[in-house]
Amino acid sequence: MTAIRLSSGGVIDRTRPLSFSFDGLSLGGFAGDTLASALLANDVMLVGRSFKLHRPRGLFGAGYDDPGSMVERLGPRPATNQLATTTMLEEGGVYRSVSTWPSARRDVGAVVQLFARLLPAGFYYKTFMWPTWHLFEPFIRGAAGLGRVPGVDAWEPVGESRFGSCDLLVVGAGPAGLAAALVAGRSGASVILVDDGAAPGGRLPGDGGDPEGWTSACWRELATLPKVRLLPAATAWGYHEHNLVSVLERAPRGAPGLDLRNWKIRARQVIVAAGAFERPIPFADSDRPGVMLASAVRTWLGRFAVRPGGQAVVFTNNASAYGTALALADAGAAVTLVDARTEPEPQAVAALASAGVTLARASLVTKAHGRSRVEAVDVIDDGGQVRRLPCDLVAVSGGWNPAFHLASQTRQARSIWHDELATFVADHGPASFRLAGAARAEFEPVSCALDGALAAGEALATLGLRAHAFETPHLSEPFVARRVEPVWFVPPRRKADKVFVDLAGDVTTDDVGLALREGFDSMELLKRYTTAGMGVDQGKSGNVNVIGIVGALTGATTQTVGTTTFRPPFVPVEFGAIAGQRNKARLYPWRHTPLTDWHIARGAVMYEAGLRWQRPGYYPLPGENWSAAAAREARAVRQAAGVYDGTPLGKFQLKGRDVPRLLDLLYISDFSKLGPRRGKYGVMLSDDGLIMDDGVVFRLDEQRWLLHSSTGAADRVHQHIEQVLQVHHPEWQVSLIPVTSQWANATLCGPMAREVLAALQPDFDITREALPFMGMAEGMIGDIPVRLFRVSWTGEASFELNTPARHAAALWDKIMAAGAAFGITPVGSEANHILRVEAGYISTGHEVDGTSDAFDLGLGPLVSRTKPDFIGKRSMELRRRVDPERFELVGLLPTEPSRRVPEGAPITPAGDRVDQEGFVSACVSSVVHDRIIALGLLRNGRSRMGETVHARVRDEVIPMTVVDPVFHDADRARVKS
Amino acid sequence: MLMLACPWCGERPEGEFICLGEAVRPRPLDPSALGDAEWAAYVSDRRNIRGRHDERWWHVRGCNTIFTIGRDTVTHQVFAGTQDEAAP
Repeated sequence: MTAIRLSSGGVIDRTRPLSFSFDGLSLGGFAGDTLASALLANDVMLVGRSFKLHRPRGLFGAGYDDPGSMVERLGPRPATNQLATTTMLEEGGVYRSVSTWPSARRDVGAVVQLFARLLPAGFYYKTFMWPTWHLFEPFIRGAAGLGRVPGVDAWEPVGESRFGSCDLLVVGAGPAGLAAALVAGRSGASVILVDDGAAPGGRLPGDGGDPEGWTSACWRELATLPKVRLLPAATAWGYHEHNLVSVLERAPRGAPGLDLRNWKIRARQVIVAAGAFERPIPFADSDRPGVMLASAVRTWLGRFAVRPGGQAVVFTNNASAYGTALALADAGAAVTLVDARTEPEPQAVAALASAGVTLARASLVTKAHGRSRVEAVDVIDDGGQVRRLPCDLVAVSGGWNPAFHLASQTRQARSIWHDELATFVADHGPASFRLAGAARAEFEPVSCALDGALAAGEALATLGLRAHAFETPHLSEPFVARRVEPVWFVPPRRKADKVFVDLAGDVTTDDVGLALREGFDSMELLKRYTTAGMGVDQGKSGNVNVIGIVGALTGATTQTVGTTTFRPPFVPVEFGAIAGQRNKARLYPWRHTPLTDWHIARGAVMYEAGLRWQRPGYYPLPGENWSAAAAREARAVRQAAGVYDGTPLGKFQLKGRDVPRLLDLLYISDFSKLGPRRGKYGVMLSDDGLIMDDGVVFRLDEQRWLLHSSTGAADRVHQHIEQVLQVHHPEWQVSLIPVTSQWANATLCGPMAREVLAALQPDFDITREALPFMGMAEGMIGDIPVRLFRVSWTGEASFELNTPARHAAALWDKIMAAGAAFGITPVGSEANHILRVEAGYISTGHEVDGTSDAFDLGLGPLVSRTKPDFIGKRSMELRRRVDPERFELVGLLPTEPSRRVPEGAPITPAGDRVDQEGFVSACVSSVVHDRIIALGLLRNGRSRMGETVHARVRDEVIPMTVVDPVFHDADRARVKS
Repeated sequence: MLMLACPWCGERPEGEFICLGEAVRPRPLDPSALGDAEWAAYVSDRRNIRGRHDERWWHVRGCNTIFTIGRDTVTHQVFAGTQDEAAP
């Protein structure tokens, strides 16, 4: 037993002991512990196995920079992918290591280590390609991943999304962030201070650098300031354009039952004081449990009163680890400090001597011994002398990397190499964005506080506020990194020894070398090829080392090698937190007509009809499947009367002097001569000469027109017309109002439709003479105002009854009552589809697929011969001139009359595996012909009537005869009746 | 998410707008007067600028105005009005 809980100290609550279990061991900790600190206090060093090679791994960092301590929480609230170093310990918690089976201690998969040399960088790409990746995929998927997805009892965190805004957002409540928030708060600015530590102060409380309690005094004062909001236990995880910062708050205070709150904070000014991450010096087998970052050891000691080992070696290239050595010695450990530098700071050397710490200068740790726990290290001095030092803990510091991730996410700050500190710093971001403290490579606490206050002063000045006075705090930390001698790794003395530089992805220095030799010499490529920086910690622990190693191996400067792109999220964020309450239909709501309840009560199966509109697909009777129901509904329309809910059809009211000119520009036909109370079918192209949409325009009276679009094209058409009116012809006087939802539509159709209409007793003339095809009427049906349009999309006489949405249900009830004697049948979109295919009418999304023009679909006669211009004319003519061979609309009859062809099936010459010469756009079981009929687009189709063509569906070839695309009411006599 | 200054409504979040792309010049009044290549350029060619870019936004969930602003595609700095209308 060498890792122990110290008898005093730390910020844990010793009056509240907690019990928990890990891999079946029953253990104890205290309130305030993380799972990681509690494991260490129980001398559990081995917490998991590595992702790829199943090597034993322990705790390495004490926070988000830990690359490997992912665990599963089996209870309470089962969840996978929990980082031990940021998971607060709770009573009765049951945890399990991942990438292991049956446990981290006895892992069957560990045998993989024996084959490590067969799994070099890029082994996925090299090994699993022949004959096909799909052969290997199930095995790889089984072996990959961290942990298992919990079962039915999986924790579903309750999340919410909230907007925030403030004058100044401060990220990080270490000395710099606290000072910045305090100065701004005292000056009257609205401030949000975000901190993701267990308590404010950054590293100060753990490092013992705040003897006078400045941190808690600041926090208390900030809590009293009315315009300051404190968000502890919250992580700023993304910077987006114009100072929008995403912040994830865990277990928000004052919101019982709420697990996660994702803030989107728009700040006029942002100060990021996110501190710095320590980086290691990798050496042979430095991934063994018991080798940790020096700063992590300091945190275990100071914040959690845990001493992770009794016999420690501290290995460093800078002064900051001297503090760790002294803290270990103070906790009673025997300590040797190995400094890569020849001339350490005299003051630091003196402090070591008086604490009884042995110092080895100009020396390197070359190898760790021990398997599931470090037992000794080899140390080499500048004379080449190697000696073995027994130990149970190695604390490593290879320097510090400022956490300027958010600055980098602005995409405006570049990473600049800082020679003295051997690390990257960020240059300027946006004008309203500042880094402060350690995030700006200022490591001394008092200087950090002053830097934060200064940044706040600058931010306040831009807001027109005067910075309040700030008193220099009394903080102490004698040993900070001021001069770092870069040591990116220690080359192994034996070739077989592995140096792991990215623990999360099991990436070794050999892998980096191999990737370089294979030509992956840019950091972005190398990262993806080796997976260095792509693991759990996203390179927080090892990435700068990889950059340094690349520089060392290629001879390039570190600045030239450069960093990879920093992207959100800075820490793992649950999707549930981002979605909040906006799940399923709340994220993207359905549109309902006023008749949805009626349809559902009638047993309708609802479909999406486009743009989220819900419409009945079909109304099955007991025992009916969809095709039987659709056929019954379609037959009712052909033989008697049907009614469908046409409400979702796009509707736009136009008014103004220049509407005729607008319509003439929008449509391929002449519209300017359209008289009042008459309608006209029109096809709209975009300026690339292809069909955008079709629909009918009615001129309601002298002043007003009503333009109809397809349901799914309504938004596109709206945008198109607004652009014409506001960008291309701002001089035209036209008002455009979308009225889709204002009007409900019940369409009566079928040979008996006029009788049903008569039974409704409208107060207007419905004779054929008064109300011809493409005519309209307005009046009352009882006390319901209606506007009637004679349009047809079914191949039968149709009467579109439009009424203000609030009357829709009453009108529908009247229709069903009046129509009962005629066998009126409600019709869904499946039957509509059959009816329009039989009649040979085109449909947006089927024949109108963004590649067809008016001539292709047989609409050539509609194209105006007199108009000099309309949108799409020039391109349509140009395209047809350059390539007259087009896919043209045809009817298709499968040789086998009952053979249904999947819509979208390609048509290829002779059914061969060659380029397609067309496709099947729609296929239905016809109720008038009692067989399968289809529409399709076929190269030069109109000149190929009677020919046999072949649809290709996987390995099956379906022969079909080319016929005219109108299967019913070819002379349109029924439509016009 | 950008903050965009609508000429009527002032600064509003991007979610209220639809971007209509590069601010191409208004549609030629007589397309038949243009050569084929010239017309094809009007329809298809976009400059895709790195740097200051004039672009149109439609305040569709607001006042319905379509307006043109300059935006630096790297820094997202927004400039009122347009710089040049030379795009096809």
